[in-house]
Amino acid sequence: MGDRPRGTGRPFDPAREGRVVRMGRLTGGVLALAAAALGAAARRAVVVPGRGWPRAAGADPRPARWQVVTVDRPAAEVLPGGRWPEPLRRLDGAVEVHLRPAPGGRGTELAARPLGGVASPPGMAAHLVGDDPGLFLRDVLRRVKQLAETGELLRADRSPPDGRVVPG
Amino acid sequence: MRALCWEGVDSLAVRQVPDPELRNAHDMIVRVRRSATCGADLPLLGGRLPFLAAGDVLGHEFLGEVAEVGPEVRRHRVGDRVVVSAAIACGSCWYCRRGLHSCCDNGGTAPAVTESAWGQPTGGCYGAPRAMGGFAGSHAEYVRVPYADVGAFAVPEPVSDDRAVFAADAAPAGWMGAELGEVRPGDVVAVWGAGAVGQLTAQAAALLGADRVIVIDRHPERLRMAERHAGAETLNYEQTDVPAELRERSGGRGPDVCVEAVGADGSSPTPPSLAQRFAGRRAGPVDDPFAVREAVHACRKGGTVFVSGTFSGFVDTFPLGAVMNKGLTLRSARQHGQRWIPMLLDRMARDELRTEHLATHRLPLEQGAAGYELFRDRADGCVRAVFTPHG
Repeated sequence: MGDRPRGTGRPFDPAREGRVVRMGRLTGGVLALAAAALGAAARRAVVVPGRGWPRAAGADPRPARWQVVTVDRPAAEVLPGGRWPEPLRRLDGAVEVHLRPAPGGRGTELAARPLGGVASPPGMAAHLVGDDPGLFLRDVLRRVKQLAETGELLRADRSPPDGRVVPG
Repeated sequence: MRALCWEGVDSLAVRQVPDPELRNAHDMIVRVRRSATCGADLPLLGGRLPFLAAGDVLGHEFLGEVAEVGPEVRRHRVGDRVVVSAAIACGSCWYCRRGLHSCCDNGGTAPAVTESAWGQPTGGCYGAPRAMGGFAGSHAEYVRVPYADVGAFAVPEPVSDDRAVFAADAAPAGWMGAELGEVRPGDVVAVWGAGAVGQLTAQAAALLGADRVIVIDRHPERLRMAERHAGAETLNYEQTDVPAELRERSGGRGPDVCVEAVGADGSSPTPPSLAQRFAGRRAGPVDDPFAVREAVHACRKGGTVFVSGTFSGFVDTFPLGAVMNKGLTLRSARQHGQRWIPMLLDRMARDELRTEHLATHRLPLEQGAAGYELFRDRADGCVRAVFTPHG
């Protein structure tokens, strides 16, 4: 697990320092996240046998890169009521999520990565084929952040129907 | 409604476009009374930035009346006269809370684009390419204003439209150059560029107590304006050795603060270098920072160089050695209007800050293309063309 959130100077070690929730494919997610939101209970969620965060990460020879955003809000507002907010909730079963206080009173670092390791070509190849789960997940995290910070998702103006993209 | 649309490289036309609509609860719609041209539009107009789409509406410096408010708007009512910061910012994220509104995390709708270009997503702006934010510009009869309680400000009664419109962008950009350049009483300040932002940087530096303010340009009418309205000394870089003049006028030290207010569209006295031509083919827009180079060279040891001009891509022949060996502080930003607009409007109301002279050409929207031509070519003494969509 070579990735680390910016500014921390150390890799994510959820068992030691954070709240970790690995969503079960069916019903485990809400329960586990509720435990996470309750602090100490969250740590119990980390170590529940078979719930899998350490095992899933350790067993995967090519873990996907963490995508991380910093939300300028406390954890309870990032995951209100201990539930995954939309649109993160739609990824139940597909991603694992980690959050911890951001240093310097910057709110909460919210991290997620796909379960099951790297399934798509990385980097430029992914851009070219349009299948980069990291970009998709990053977009989802940004939406979660924006909802927590502003209460709504900013929408672009409607495009004129004749809008034609031309090179600059 | 009618709007001034980009149709292709150096091509603008007034077209009928759909009226803007409330898209978020914090939105409002403003009926535009004044909308100014800006140097930041010129790379867009010339097609130097990618992703511009035919039909995009330019313009980001505007003033008008509130025509409609969303259900979460608290500070404004229909009929209020407001000026709107060119920077679209949420007011709630870490950056906004620290007055860095143009760096807002939530001000754009296409963060992946700016993140790809610059490493981090930046805030939104009116009249930028659709792929870089998705907010129509203000050269139109109406414009949608997201985060209206954060970005729009009531204009005090005594301040005219022609004065207040520049509180949207040029005045905060000018103030930013002086304040973040850390102008202090007794300083010698040099400003490259006598356009609206340069002149307002000079006014801001004087208001912050600078002992001497020296403005550099090559257009005599702009230099005369800087002398008359900002009380600045001036240098015509086509007629004098600017670094030598600055050394002489600053006791041999060099200016304490050097502000570049020219941008990528300023004409360079030298042709593009081989490296620029190569990078232009390989990496996208390549800007010529000749004024930045000169500012870095001229600045005193331990001084500050602030870059206010609009740059979007890459530069070469940048004098990093001078930055390092002279211990300079180099700063830059797109303007954080929300941070300064209330103060600037107060100063305008007290007649401390005068800007209406910058609106050298007031034109109806239908003459938008001609207005941009005047502005781009600095023809007929044009500093800013200001459009009046409702006559």
